[in-house]
Amino acid sequence: MSTPTVEHSAALDAVEAGGTQLITVTFRIRRFNPEEHPEPVWVDYQLVMDPKERVLDALNKIKWEQDGTLTYRRSCAHGICGSDAMRINGRNRLACKTLIKDVNPEKPITIEAIKGLTVLKDLVVDMDPFFQAYKDVMPFLITKGNDPTRERLQSAEDRERFDDTTKCILCAACTSSCPVFWNDGQYFGPAAIVNAHRFIFDSRDEGAEQRLEILNDREGVWRCRTTFNCSEACPRGIEVTKAIQEVKRALVTRRF
Amino acid sequence: MQIHQYDTVIVGAGGAGMRAAIESTQRSRTAVLTKLYPTRSHTGAAQGGMCAALANVEEDNWEWHTFDTVKGGDYLVDQDAAEIMCKEAIDAVLDLEKMGLPFSRTEQGRIDQRRFGGHSRNHGEAPVRRSCYAADRTGHMILQTLFQNCVKHGVEFFNEFYVLDLLLNEGKTAGVVAYELATGEIHVFQAKSVVFASGGTGKFFKVSSNAHTLTGDGQALVYRRGLPLEDMEFFQFHPTGIWRMGILLTEGARGEGGILRNKDGERFMERYAPVMKDLASRDVCSRAIYTEIREGRGCGPDGDHVYLDLTHLPPEQLDAKLPDITEFARTYLGIEPYTDPIPIQPTAHYAMGGIPTNVEGEVLRNNTDVVPGLYAAGEVACVSVHGANRLGTNSLLDINVFGRRAGIAAADFANANEFVELPENPEEKVQALVDGLRESTGTESVGQIRKELQETMDANAMVYRTGATLKQAVEDIAALKERYKNVSIQDKGFRYNTDLLEAVELGNLLDLAEVLAVSALAREESRGGHYREDFPTRDDVKFMQHTMAYQEVAADGSTSIRLDYKPVVTTRYQPMERKY
Repeated sequence: MSTPTVEHSAALDAVEAGGTQLITVTFRIRRFNPEEHPEPVWVDYQLVMDPKERVLDALNKIKWEQDGTLTYRRSCAHGICGSDAMRINGRNRLACKTLIKDVNPEKPITIEAIKGLTVLKDLVVDMDPFFQAYKDVMPFLITKGNDPTRERLQSAEDRERFDDTTKCILCAACTSSCPVFWNDGQYFGPAAIVNAHRFIFDSRDEGAEQRLEILNDREGVWRCRTTFNCSEACPRGIEVTKAIQEVKRALVTRRF
Repeated sequence: MQIHQYDTVIVGAGGAGMRAAIESTQRSRTAVLTKLYPTRSHTGAAQGGMCAALANVEEDNWEWHTFDTVKGGDYLVDQDAAEIMCKEAIDAVLDLEKMGLPFSRTEQGRIDQRRFGGHSRNHGEAPVRRSCYAADRTGHMILQTLFQNCVKHGVEFFNEFYVLDLLLNEGKTAGVVAYELATGEIHVFQAKSVVFASGGTGKFFKVSSNAHTLTGDGQALVYRRGLPLEDMEFFQFHPTGIWRMGILLTEGARGEGGILRNKDGERFMERYAPVMKDLASRDVCSRAIYTEIREGRGCGPDGDHVYLDLTHLPPEQLDAKLPDITEFARTYLGIEPYTDPIPIQPTAHYAMGGIPTNVEGEVLRNNTDVVPGLYAAGEVACVSVHGANRLGTNSLLDINVFGRRAGIAAADFANANEFVELPENPEEKVQALVDGLRESTGTESVGQIRKELQETMDANAMVYRTGATLKQAVEDIAALKERYKNVSIQDKGFRYNTDLLEAVELGNLLDLAEVLAVSALAREESRGGHYREDFPTRDDVKFMQHTMAYQEVAADGSTSIRLDYKPVVTTRYQPMERKY
């Protein structure tokens, strides 16, 4: 069986035509290296790039061709490892999932470290408090009794119930976009609550009560002011605020 | 310099490293040294699934899975290891489910299974549903689940510690030397047993599905300590990488019914693999794609790619089963996979070769003897369950089965043995390496040498190879290695010096690219992922054996590669012609 021709949209034609006009872009990066200078400084870098490339490609180009001292974390380069969350034009995004054309390259594109976590060098922040909050919510399946011989059964509907929060890649884009977290380093932050949600609403899990008690703490879910920054920041499209609301409701109704 | 002492040290915190850590932490005092935070590893990029003959949706058994694995590997698979992997696959999947992995489910609530390339019922009769999956983010779920269980068991991680040397004393494992990214400090870890689980080396190719961090660090440092590397010429090119970018689009897309098409809209795989069609093994599909392109049936103005067509599949199916990869097409190409075919090309994906081990994960120092206390598992290792071409999903299986085995074996070894004395000045070699780079006043740049390395590898050592192209690669790499001696870095500091580490990683890539090219040049046959146009058939008389590459150091310090060969373990399947 063969289909005679492949239909082409204008978008596909544009992708295949290639030969994009290269543009000159300025990246304005907030640099910080306490080994050299106690205060952060903004530094401009000019690049000639294809606007369909990623912001991460631009950072790499700077590091590899202009200034090897520029420091940032990166690994997978396609939005699944969570290494390169940063503030791009004032908004939290993954550098590898943001195309230059989508962040208004006519003006200088600003890049700075995510907020609320200590900046250690350039775009590198201390992730330990973030991971500590994650660990505090007991992010693992808790069950009672003996394990079954085969798999635990779970209906497709029950599996779907917590699908959204399984997508989390622990990039901290949500937590570091939260004004409550900026002002109160004790707050668990959205990412930890998302990961608690992932287990509270898993039909196989029997640790929900313990987790809810942890989140009922004064630094827990009640600090959330529902600003939706976290949902907007999530590069995985998780409805973070909704997940937090569901955890709040579960605390009141004890139904999950 | 700091000195630490642990019973067991695990190098790497991807799937294999964390699976090993969950076992060893419960048995011996364990430290996991990882250059990335654990959830950043590239296990998370795996999409399609993990095969096991659960027979949840149709008849299946582990023996059929073993046959497919052996045939997929073009008979270079060690069959005893493949039997173990396919038999233990069932428990490996069930263990993950019990750890909490949210698999996609059948209507009965069991783990759902789908088709995958090269996996068949009854020895090649027809495709079989064997891949257990969680939408198209199975690797992500495995990585998260393993990390969650590491948290549960209190696994001790040293994050952003780069292991740069292996310490041996009279041929026995004494520990490793690591560089702490945050401070630039050197740490010596004395250990009774060491498990390498540091992943692949796919960054020596330009079009690659691999993370920036996959630079073969474990393979390179073991090799420089005089230990062999096995079958490095066998590198897998995944058929469906996003055109030019190399980002992986899962074979699960074809498992769900996706079709490869050329510029005429023809389902060309029907000509190359009449039974399995688009679900033939990856080496077969990648060669078919390049043949279409070479013969003028490629798509686009330059005819340099083909299409992965999902447009005939219902949008609900794409949303439920392939949400991430359809999102990749939208994000990176700006096209709508509901209605547009996706431009793809083969992308460098997976090293079948690596540090040779036996089925307990013990590292071999020659064809028969092991290095006491040294283990390896996952892509860094070569057991060899993948032979000349890995089947899709078998890597997630490999890391779970052999990660677990290595973790248990390493802990048992530590409990039964004493520490081996550290060699004198254990940090010496690493200190010299980082000081040399930091103080270098050379004129060569890391970025430029890496770019040229990737260009020669793509041009000369990819899907199609000849003696002439491989000689070109060997020459180019030798020249780049010379230039590398004159490399310098701009960041001279101690704090988060990623400039320095990229230079170290480039040194690893150069050494391993050379091993790949030299091993490939010597293998004058075509088998699995290694295709020689000048020797287009498999030669079981001369080459039904594993390559073992050793670094030789001459009196003047210059190095060369010595090749030896190791017999393949054959149990129940004699080599046959490979057709799909």
